[in-house]
Formats: sequence, structure tokens, C-alpha cells
Amino acid sequence: MPDNMTLGEKLVQQGISRRTFLKFCASMASLMALPPSMAAEMAEKLAKLRRQSVIWLSFQECTGCTESITRSHSPTIESLIFDAISLDYHHTLMAASGTAAEHAREQAMKENAGKYLLVVDGSVPAKDTEYYSTIAGISNYDMLVDTAKGAMAILSVGTCAAYGGIPKANPNPTGAVAVSDIIKDKPIINIPGCPPIATVMTGVIAHVLTLGTIPDLDELGRPKVFFGDTIHDRCYRRPFYDQGKFAKSFDDEGARNGWCLYELGCKGPTTYNSCATTKWNGGVSFPIESGHGCLGCSEPDFWDKGSFYKPLSTGEWGGGQILAAGVAAGAVIGVGAAFAARKRQDKASGGK
Amino acid sequence: MDLLAFAKGPILMWSLIIFVVGVSWRLLGILLLRRKPDYSEPRSNATWWGAVRTVFSRMWMRKEFQSRTAYGAALGYVFHIGLAIVVFFFVPHILFIKDLTGLSWGGLPSGVIYATGVVTMIALIILLIRRFTHPVLKLLSNFDDYFSWFVTTAPVVTGLLAVAHLGARYETLLGLHILSVELLFIWFPFGKLMHAFLFAISRGTTGALLERKGAAT
Ligand code: SF4
Ligand code: SF4
Repeated sequence: MPDNMTLGEKLVQQGISRRTFLKFCASMASLMALPPSMAAEMAEKLAKLRRQSVIWLSFQECTGCTESITRSHSPTIESLIFDAISLDYHHTLMAASGTAAEHAREQAMKENAGKYLLVVDGSVPAKDTEYYSTIAGISNYDMLVDTAKGAMAILSVGTCAAYGGIPKANPNPTGAVAVSDIIKDKPIINIPGCPPIATVMTGVIAHVLTLGTIPDLDELGRPKVFFGDTIHDRCYRRPFYDQGKFAKSFDDEGARNGWCLYELGCKGPTTYNSCATTKWNGGVSFPIESGHGCLGCSEPDFWDKGSFYKPLSTGEWGGGQILAAGVAAGAVIGVGAAFAARKRQDKASGGK
Repeated sequence: MDLLAFAKGPILMWSLIIFVVGVSWRLLGILLLRRKPDYSEPRSNATWWGAVRTVFSRMWMRKEFQSRTAYGAALGYVFHIGLAIVVFFFVPHILFIKDLTGLSWGGLPSGVIYATGVVTMIALIILLIRRFTHPVLKLLSNFDDYFSWFVTTAPVVTGLLAVAHLGARYETLLGLHILSVELLFIWFPFGKLMHAFLFAISRGTTGALLERKGAAT
């Protein structure tokens, strides 16, 4: 899309009717808990929007987040919103490589200083930064610090960028940290998930582009509109939880009846995300609907919180052997105490 | 490490260690004490029967004092049974016990548990008020009574808050709930809560003694 084309013109070019676009804006507005009247205003603003410069840095990641947002197999209006931004730098998606690619980043930083949106996926190695994960000879750490300087805001996309994610999991060989552990002087929006839901990412981008503000964030830096409720709060299997009907294996009667997956390790009660409402793949379903419990992927340190298949109410500690040792130790103390008491008794009764 | 992970990890481990060490120390320390030799002629040899009978007979009030003890006893029953239902029949609790011991059984619907929890909490609060206001009870109560009340009531209250999502985020409340249970584990062997194990031993001993003497138990 030529740089001077607005999103509205682009839509016309792609044969997308205004009606369809309005419908999209209405659903976006309702997703973001905006009043319905905002939908028209949003459509207006979005349609007039000229391309916003975005620099996307990928550090220690698996490309799942990019995969999720582009969803290349099914182009949708969300991907058009994606077209509304000028993605000036993105390893995976850009045609250029090597010096030319780095040049594009530097140029975008210079031309849009103070105005570009910085998107980061992947965590940043904070230990021996020059050895772990470098791009064009630049360490992730330096590239982040350098690129963040001129950004208007940062979107930490995916659990790795938001909280360190899987690279930060025990034993964290690279000393991986989240973007917010390094950058302290810019507004940062965390959009966690492994990967995050495409609609949530585009929704947040649409919010920033149309309203020009940072959405309301929770204490973990996540937009409240998408991360305000737990999966459990909105789960359609919740009535079964309340009735005490739980699947005991992935293939038993209960599982076939769609009963609650708590006993199979579902972490829905402590996980904030909108899988249960927004759903995945254009609203087709979400993991619990497909029969697997929630892993808690949008929460910090989800990988280290014990087994995905152990119920939430079980402990994460050493195990039964320690307790057996405790019983033995207690028994020894008890026998000792009783023995001492007997001696005292004997003494008191003069050995009789 | 967040509060919940902290509560489910190291604190859980240490509180359970203190619990099992303490309980086995106290039980063995008491069971292995030397008993005084009794040289009198036994009036009955069915001392075991006397022991078992007393464990159960003392579960009911003495007729003579019924009018005075009925209120307190009824409240005591309500909260003991309520606690047993909540602790042993809420599915997440059963899963915790199963993970720890390998034992499991069927649970009750969550709604039943929540209602029982509320009744239990009310009974516990009334009992505390009674302890404060009853002149004799007040005189008899010491730190152990109040603290044991606290460590028993705190898990009920935090558990109810957690299911109702009241006051903080669920995972914080759940962390506090688990921590409050851990406080109970730690206090258990050293205070009056130990009666959960000792009541049978002390009643049995009394029953056996009285049976031997041919007295009513
Ligand atoms: S399946 Fe998971 S999220 Fe759904 S009701 Fe059960 S525990 Fe909650
Ligand atoms: S259901 Fe849970 S684990 Fe699955 S994608 Fe959603 S938040 Fe992540």
C-alpha cells in the first residue's frame, strides 16, 4: 500500500464494504468495552488513518506471536488493520536482510523519532548480553535500549516479552528478563499469552491508533478490557465446576460430557485472558472447548508453576518422602521425651 | 515468586514438616509414658470396652447439665461437622489430600460447601463472642484458646473470600487461604488443636480406668 493511502482507501481497493468494516469496528468497540456509539467514531478514525510506523523487534522467541497475529492462512479485517501500520522492521516479515534490514530500522527511527510504536516479542538476555542472541552483531539488550529511546510507546507482545516467559524458566541460562525490567521511562503495554490472541493484539493496536491513549492496565501491565477476568470466570464449563462434576481423564465419560477440567490441571481460575470470550481462530473455539485445561500461559512464570496436569489446589514442594522423614524425626524426639519423662517418674517414685 | 507460588511451595513444605514432626513427637511422647501401677483388685476386666464406650458416650451432654450446656454444645457440633464437611468434601481439598497421601473419595457440589462454610463461620464467631461474654468461660480462656480459634477461623474466612472474589484478586486470596491453613498446621501440634488426636486417647484412658474401678463412665 503506497504510503499516502489511507486505510479507508485501502479497504475500498480490497472490495471490503463499509458495512462490513462498521461491523468489525462495532465488535472491536464491544470487545474493548467502549460504548456502541464509539464504533462509528472508531471507523471514521481508522478509515482516515495513515500508516503508523511500527518497529517490531524479535528477541528470544519462537515466532509464535508473529504467527498468531499474521494468521497468514486466513486474511481478515484484522490483518488489514495490520496493513494500516507501516511495519518498518520485522525480521520474519520483511523482504530485506542483513545491512539493508538494519538500515531500514535506523531510518524509521530517525524519520519517526518520538512517534513510532515499538513492538517487542521475545525476552531479553540480561546476562553476558554480547553472547546470547545478537542481531547484526548488536546484542538484544543494546538494540532494545537504543530503539526504545524514540518510541512513543512499547507493546510487549507475548509472555516472553511481557514477563520473560519460557526463556526465563528455570534455570534461565541467559538471564532472560522482560522488556519492562529494562525500559523504565516509556509507557509499556503487556499483551501476554503464548501466543497472545490475534484479536487482542489488533484490538490494542486499534485502541492506540484511534484513541491515541494507552488503555487501562492491570497491575501486571495488561489491558483490563482483555485481561480483566479469569478464564474460569467466563468459562462455559463453570456450571459443572459449581456442581462438582469433573472429568477424571481426558477420555472418560465426564470428558465426553464436557465436564470441568479442574482435576486434570486446568489453571483457568488463576489465569487472566480473554480466551473464553474472544476465543481463537476467528472465534472458532478455545483450548478448554477443545478438551484441554488452561495452562495459564498469560501469567508470569507459568512454565515454572508445576505440572500442567496437576490440579491447582495441590502443593508444589518436595513430596511425600520429606514427610515420612518428618514422621521418623518426630518419633525419635517423642521416644526421647517419653524416655526422659520415665526417668523422672522413676526418680520421683524412688525406683519403685 | 508470587504469593500463591510461595504458599504452595516452600511454606507448604515447612508447615507440613512441622506438623508431622510435632504430632508424632507429642503422640509418642504421651503414649510411651509409664503408667502408674494399680494394685487394687479390678472390678471389671473389660477395660478396652470401657475405653471405646467412653470415647463415644462423652460425645453427648450429661443429662444433669443439659440445660446449661446445650447451647454451647450445639454450636460446637455445628462448627465441627461444618468444618469436617468443608475440609473433607470440597473437591479441591480432596485433590490436595490425594496428592499428599494417595487417598481420595467423592466430593460435594461447591454450592453445598459454600453454604456450609458460611454456617461454620457464623458458629465460630458466635462461639468467640460467647467466650468473651460468658463470665466463667472468659476466666478459663487463655492465649491458646484464642489463637486456636483464630487459626481455625482464618482458613474458613479466607476460603470464603476466595470463592466470592472479595477484597482482592482470586490468586492473592487463594495464597492467603493456603497460608492461613499453613499457620494452622504449624500451631496444631503445640496447642489445643491437638485434641483432634488426643481426645480419643484421653477419653479412652479415663474410660479404661473407670471401667476397671467399676464406675459409670
Ligand atoms: S474447565 Fe477450567 S476454567 Fe473452566 S470451569 Fe473448569 S477449572 Fe474453570
Ligand atoms: S486457555 Fe489458558 S493456556 Fe490456553 S491460550 Fe488461553 S490463557 Fe493460554
